[in-house]
Amino acid sequence: MVTSAFTTTAPMDTPPAASSTPTTRAPLVPAARPPAAGGTRTIIDIENLDFYYGQKQALFDINLKLDDKRVTAFIGPSGCGKSTLLRCFNRMNDLIDDTSIKRGSIKINGIDISRHDVDPIELRKRIGMVFQKSNPFPKSIYENITYGLRIQGIKSKARLDEVVEKSLRGAALWDEVKDRLYESGLSLSGGQQQRLCIARAIAVEPEIILMDEPCSALDPIATAKVEELIHELKNRYTIIIVTHSMQQAARCSDKTAFFYMGKLIEYADTRTIFMNPANSQTEAYVSGRFG
Amino acid sequence: MTSDVKNPYASKPTAIRQWENFFFWAFRGATYFVLLCGVAVFGYIVFKGSQTVFRLTPPFVNVAFLTESPETLYVFEHDGKKVEMGDKDYRTFRESEEAKAKAAGQPAPEFKSESYAYSAGGIFPCIVGTVLLVVGSMVIALVLGVASAIFLTEYATQGPIVRAIRLAILNLAGVPSIVFGLFGFGMFVIFFGWNVSLIAGWFTLAFMVMPVIITASEEALKTVPKGFREGSLALGATKWQTIRKAVLPYALPGILTSSILGIARVAGETAPIMFTAAYVVRDKLPWQVDKFSDFFFQGVMALPYHIYVVSSKIPQNEYTERVQYGTAFVFLAIVAVIAAASIILRNKLRSRYKW
Repeated sequence: MVTSAFTTTAPMDTPPAASSTPTTRAPLVPAARPPAAGGTRTIIDIENLDFYYGQKQALFDINLKLDDKRVTAFIGPSGCGKSTLLRCFNRMNDLIDDTSIKRGSIKINGIDISRHDVDPIELRKRIGMVFQKSNPFPKSIYENITYGLRIQGIKSKARLDEVVEKSLRGAALWDEVKDRLYESGLSLSGGQQQRLCIARAIAVEPEIILMDEPCSALDPIATAKVEELIHELKNRYTIIIVTHSMQQAARCSDKTAFFYMGKLIEYADTRTIFMNPANSQTEAYVSGRFG
Repeated sequence: MTSDVKNPYASKPTAIRQWENFFFWAFRGATYFVLLCGVAVFGYIVFKGSQTVFRLTPPFVNVAFLTESPETLYVFEHDGKKVEMGDKDYRTFRESEEAKAKAAGQPAPEFKSESYAYSAGGIFPCIVGTVLLVVGSMVIALVLGVASAIFLTEYATQGPIVRAIRLAILNLAGVPSIVFGLFGFGMFVIFFGWNVSLIAGWFTLAFMVMPVIITASEEALKTVPKGFREGSLALGATKWQTIRKAVLPYALPGILTSSILGIARVAGETAPIMFTAAYVVRDKLPWQVDKFSDFFFQGVMALPYHIYVVSSKIPQNEYTERVQYGTAFVFLAIVAVIAAASIILRNKLRSRYKW
């Protein structure tokens, strides 16, 4: 047990082993990753985005380019707008009355997703989402996975069986549930439920997976499994993860964006954000001095 | 040793303690009083009604009461004995007696009989009519009510207009049932020209329970976790797909709970069907129609209206009392059976769609 004075003042998710001086925060920092061959492509391009809930502005002039087949983490204190931005990407904010993008644009693969000829239904088939509170349907594991395909009208049993196995293997859940595919998804443990939700999302073969604090309700072991999974998935999918846990951002992501009060404060390689942030607010946040 | 120590925790007869006791007994007394009233009402109906419905000899049930139409009861003296007979039996009996007398060359016997309307036969047409009214109006009310509840909670933009609609629906729940009867009479019976008919009664009763169903369905839909909707929509489902597959199944048990209350109300209301659907007496049974469409445009007999008629529209005597309590007993039993069926269905759904 570490019982230094540090632990009493720091937020829960700051590792107690680290000392308060930035230079010795080594455990937080991920090993430098080799740059991907052929460089990276921008998949989501956000320009001058202003977002409003009614009259209340939630996002201020966001400019951000997110890389394809990479993990990007959004960090920042509660209410900083990171989840709001995430939910702009698959237009989930449309479901909330009286929300609007008053200025700026979000382009995914070069298409402005606010355009009138963009159908949010089609958009969401290509952009999966995993929620903070795991939300498997109270149906069998099999039906949970096949839900996305069934609503697209796919009925072939052979095809569905194939996708179920592939998705569960993809979500590192197959070995745990292969003998009880027809039991309720709610019979699984919390961490398994969240991985089931990830499997459900990848069953429809999206390009992008949005994760809104996927581990905030999980214990450390389940969290580790989900993070391991994120590592495996990033070769095939673009992953954007909103997290309250700075270690998680440090462990999982290639790039990190720090938000504060609806503004993008800093966006850089994760290593840079944690080791050598350019902005003093970022520095204060990642070192646990506020937020 | 210990007895020397003064007990500081001993109960003190303060005013606060006395009020505590007073209220405990007041509440307890009120509950027992209510219980007593309920037991008295049910007990009286069951006691009186079972005398009509059940028999001490096999088959132990008064089959005629449950399977025949109401008839006029004739009471007369024959061979020094008092005989009770229904209309049809009385006629055949008289004819056979007259024929017997004629064959024997005697003058036709004289029958001094007293007649009591509706006191013989049974209440089968009323049972059928009530079941038809309940089933039909509940189907209409559930379809329209759930549809509007889905629109109000899932589709409509929440704002002053939706709030106004909701308020209007709630107010509708407070409208006295006789007013619904008048509305149905004016709207369906006269304006639509449906006359006194099943379909006019269905819609009148449906409109009467609709507010309850809409309000309860909205509540049931709201209790379905937001995560189900988001999870479904995020997979690219349309709103209707989401409602059908991820919301409605889980709201159904709640909706059914409210409709169970609706069933009791629909079955029990006399006022709305008085001038829209119910006949005092009708010889034909509902399925004895010439063509299928006539089925909807025929009036029916109904249990609550029958109770009303036999208790207040005809001269009272010991023979009508049997019918009154017998009908009331059967009526309670039928409502209980329909409600029990809905409860079983709801519990089945609940265990299938629990979360």
